[in-house]
Amino acid sequence: MFLPIILWTDALIFVLLAVIAAFAFYARQHEHLRAPWRRVAQTPAAVSAAVVLLAFVAVGFLDSLHFRQAIEPAGNAEAKRPAGAATAYAPEVKSVLDVALAHLSSRTERTYSAPLATHAYAKETMEVPGRGQVRDYPRLRNGGAHLKDAETEWGWDILLTVFKGMGLALFAWSIAAFLLLIAVKPTAPAYASIGAFSDAVWRGKTVVPWRTVLITLGLIFLIVVPATLLARGYHVLGTDKVGQDVLFLSLKSIRTALVIGTLTTLVMLPFAVLFGIMAGYFCGWIDDIIQYLYTTLNSIPGVLLIAAAVLVLQVQMEASPELFPTTAQRADFRLLFLCIILGVTSWTGLCRLLRGEALKLRELEYVQAAQAFGVSHWNIMLRHILPNVMHIVLISVVMDFSGLVLAEAVLSYVGVGVDPSMISFGTMINAARLEMGREPMVWWSLASAFMFMLVLVLAANLFADAVRDAFDPRVRVSPRNRHMAEAAAA
Amino acid sequence: MSDTLLNISGLKTWIDVEPAPVRAVDGIDLEIRRGETFAVVGESGCGKSMTALSILRLLPETAEIVAGNAQLGATELFELTERDMRDVRGRRIAMIFQEPTTSLNPVLTVGAQVEEVLRRHGRLSPQAMRKRIVELLDQVGIPDAERRAGEYPFQFSGGMKQRVMVAMALAGDPDLLIADEPTTALDVTIQAQVLDLLRKLQRERGMSILLITHDLGIVASMAHRVAVMYAGRIVEVADRQQFFASPQHPYSRKLFEALPGAEGRGGALAVIRGQVPPLTAAFHGCRFADRCDFAYERCGQGEPALMPVAPDTSGHRVRCVHVTEKGRFPARSRPVAVTTGTLGTGAPADAAPLLIVRDLKVHFPIRKGLLKRTVAYVKAVDGISLDIAAGRTLALVGESGCGKTTAGKAILQLIRPTAGSVNFQGAELTALRGEALRGYRSDIQIIFQDPYASLNPRMRVGDILSEGLLALGVAGHAMNQPGVRDLARDAIQKRVDELLDQVGLPKDAQRRYPHEFSGGQRQRIAIARALAVKPRLIVCDEPTSALDVSVQAQILNLLKSLQSELGLSYLFITHNLAVVEFLAHEVAVMYLGRIIERGTVDEVLRSPAHPYTQALLAAVPRIDKDVNREMGSGGTTAEAAKQGELPSPVNTPAGCHFHPRCASAKDECRREYPGSSTLTRSHVVNCWKYPIGK
Repeated sequence: MFLPIILWTDALIFVLLAVIAAFAFYARQHEHLRAPWRRVAQTPAAVSAAVVLLAFVAVGFLDSLHFRQAIEPAGNAEAKRPAGAATAYAPEVKSVLDVALAHLSSRTERTYSAPLATHAYAKETMEVPGRGQVRDYPRLRNGGAHLKDAETEWGWDILLTVFKGMGLALFAWSIAAFLLLIAVKPTAPAYASIGAFSDAVWRGKTVVPWRTVLITLGLIFLIVVPATLLARGYHVLGTDKVGQDVLFLSLKSIRTALVIGTLTTLVMLPFAVLFGIMAGYFCGWIDDIIQYLYTTLNSIPGVLLIAAAVLVLQVQMEASPELFPTTAQRADFRLLFLCIILGVTSWTGLCRLLRGEALKLRELEYVQAAQAFGVSHWNIMLRHILPNVMHIVLISVVMDFSGLVLAEAVLSYVGVGVDPSMISFGTMINAARLEMGREPMVWWSLASAFMFMLVLVLAANLFADAVRDAFDPRVRVSPRNRHMAEAAAA
Repeated sequence: MSDTLLNISGLKTWIDVEPAPVRAVDGIDLEIRRGETFAVVGESGCGKSMTALSILRLLPETAEIVAGNAQLGATELFELTERDMRDVRGRRIAMIFQEPTTSLNPVLTVGAQVEEVLRRHGRLSPQAMRKRIVELLDQVGIPDAERRAGEYPFQFSGGMKQRVMVAMALAGDPDLLIADEPTTALDVTIQAQVLDLLRKLQRERGMSILLITHDLGIVASMAHRVAVMYAGRIVEVADRQQFFASPQHPYSRKLFEALPGAEGRGGALAVIRGQVPPLTAAFHGCRFADRCDFAYERCGQGEPALMPVAPDTSGHRVRCVHVTEKGRFPARSRPVAVTTGTLGTGAPADAAPLLIVRDLKVHFPIRKGLLKRTVAYVKAVDGISLDIAAGRTLALVGESGCGKTTAGKAILQLIRPTAGSVNFQGAELTALRGEALRGYRSDIQIIFQDPYASLNPRMRVGDILSEGLLALGVAGHAMNQPGVRDLARDAIQKRVDELLDQVGLPKDAQRRYPHEFSGGQRQRIAIARALAVKPRLIVCDEPTSALDVSVQAQILNLLKSLQSELGLSYLFITHNLAVVEFLAHEVAVMYLGRIIERGTVDEVLRSPAHPYTQALLAAVPRIDKDVNREMGSGGTTAEAAKQGELPSPVNTPAGCHFHPRCASAKDECRREYPGSSTLTRSHVVNCWKYPIGK
């Protein structure tokens, strides 16, 4: 029926998810790693951000499950196909998200239309039977096509759909909330019944702020469900120049942003960690070489280096089209290459931090004790230094994520970002350059990209903040102890 | 009472941490009179510093004053607004901290930092300001104050920085000076200088001092009245004379008994078993009961009140049921449960040397310029020679910066010596490289000063202990062969159990992380790690200087018993002469990279020949039996001792290194470094006062 395709970036995403799962498993068994994460889980802003991030990751993950559909020959397929012949597959690589959003991507308009509009955004000259040529706003092909009389029914229809969606959202949310509470109910005797536990959640008395989780979840439901219902009949966020649904474009952009944000870090980490620790630990000429390397790299303007590398790649790729059977694969390769080049240029900051930390750690007495045992340098770096700089790595990875998402947008705007066929926030913003100059202005493409990026980066930043605080022993993260006041009163 | 300056009652300061708040200060009352020095003594974690910070309301964010009040004259400190409190700080109460190097801002001149305080507390014209700064620096004994005021903190030595801190504290002309371990980070000779200064200033200004310390010697030489703190409570308050003549609380007595000294040689030190209890829970009885040798059932029922020892001595109060309810303390002769009697005196003196060090030099090049040309050398170790026999302890004594730690590391080949020889049982370690050297790694091991920095916080104790076994394969198997891996694992497991048992830790300790242990326990782990590979010689680099007196006693006892059991030799690097007296057989005194005197403990500490050794000994604050002696009377040698500071090892003085600080320096001392004079068969000194050679 279909042929699963694993693109390069898909494979790396799966590897990354596996690594995160393995780390979570490892951290569960080590108290010194578990404790800070527990503190993160107790911060309301962090769990709220985590819920939002998870929603984004879910969209990105669905968009990473790629396949090629088998081409069904017209008529009765089984009968006509010669036995043993290889199934033919469509040249287009689709993702699960594409299929789920098929009704969005397939129903295109001719050109711009405003959010939730029923008529086009610009007047056109058209033939109207009985009235000859008139110049008016034409009805959209799909936007509000189910309405007989668009002018009068439009407002009511939208209002009704929104209310229906909200009702449905509340219903779905209560089911989800119930299932969640059952799943996370602690075994403590104080919460013997689900009622006692939900009461505690309601009053915000639980250790993990489940109330915040439920509220965030509720807000997401309240936005997603009505939007889904509306999207069946309208273009919720309008359409772009070639009539593509902007909501669809925004959802597709999420994967690109996540890939850039995470895979770049994956590329960068080996450089930063290995070079940083080596420079700090060995000092001497190794330190000199590594410092020289990153100082040089740092002094080349990043955008120029990236532009040069991307342009060279573009020429190479065009010279050998046989390597890329589908356009998706070509775009994906370019995305991967962009991650690599971004990673190669952005490891210097973390490397410098780690070098400083390793310089400090190598003078510590436990490292000297290991040297007195004749432990090899490699083992000392692996067993004594690396675990003690992991918190810095973790913090900077989370902090870098949002910066990289924004970097992609900038690069695509400059024109050296992702492949033009790939949808990303950067390409959307790039397109908006012309739209903003139009009269009347087309604002929804830019606004959508802006809103989606804002929510994603804000959630990532809030989460990173909580992570940083949790790993910093000097900052109190948990809310003020209630028992402190109670005990003092006693 | 009209002469009361500060009156604290019912002060409770709690620190808000998970899972339960720590009651760092749990209801203390104290009263400081005008012009007196009030000392608060106790082990770390007893709430001494928290008390001081509470008075100034400079608590860390997580700590909070939950009850009590503090009256400074007529002012209630805890009711002032933060704005008014700022006027109190500096002007009426000033504070000096433990670490002078981090208390000064490195990018401002010393004068500017003093000026900042002056500006806060009054208007002065620029000329008057300038004059006042110089005056203040002059007062705290900074020579050439006019010029030095324009210099930066890095141009000052540790002792001088602490003087600057004192000058800054004095700038607001405070009524009360809080000194939180003001000399703990300083060497004995510098400590004596700073303590002298504080005494002098107090005499001149009639200022009160709240002195926080763990050192009973400092208390004996400084305080008028003493309070002993234990677990957030004051357990005993007394005048100095009363306190040193007859300490009443069992905890106070234990503090005295745990001090190492010559009396303890051959035997074990008294130890306080266990450790300060966690302050997270409420107490129902005497807080010391668990560690007290005299505890009985009454101690667990209700906390005793702070009551006068006898009706006529209202100044001496103690919190102990023995004293206040039975009226009498049990006889002191009751044997201490934990001591194991004699611990042996080590191997005979004439045993064959295990380690022979000759003319060991470690010079660090100072590189400058673009091409990093060597312009000078830091002569950290400049030609030392020593012998250590099997089963004996050699103490290497000296002030910080004299190169004793570098010497220890050079012997271990952690730092490669520049010249000289280190001969371990016939093998020349300086010539060995790589695998050949690794073969000797198991014979010499090291124990570090700071038990918090010497254990990897991310490794479990079991992994820490087995690291050496894995690296060196001491368990009797070649670790790199996969076939014997399982066998080796069992052997390692057995050895780790054995080691934990040897240093007195429970077996389940190996599954825990270092942060779950106290300082003393961590030092035990560090000792076990060194023992793991069955060394013959252990370099002990100030292993007890970061520990409390009672814990120090435990560790010293452990080291001593391990020596008699396993026949270990120690190279014991320290600045604490009392520890030397207790543990060592021979002593070598180091000054600026060279050994200036060496001999047996009795020779060097009873009849020191070198003026520097005499100065060191005189600078140690002693707890004198004659408690009524004039405070701070040091005698002439002590005065000589307190002159100046250790010169830089880059520009060593010509001639005898010590001559700029030596009271009896002659012309030849300035010209040429003195050769060795042999006083007895074992006692050698480098000083022109004695005929060279012989």
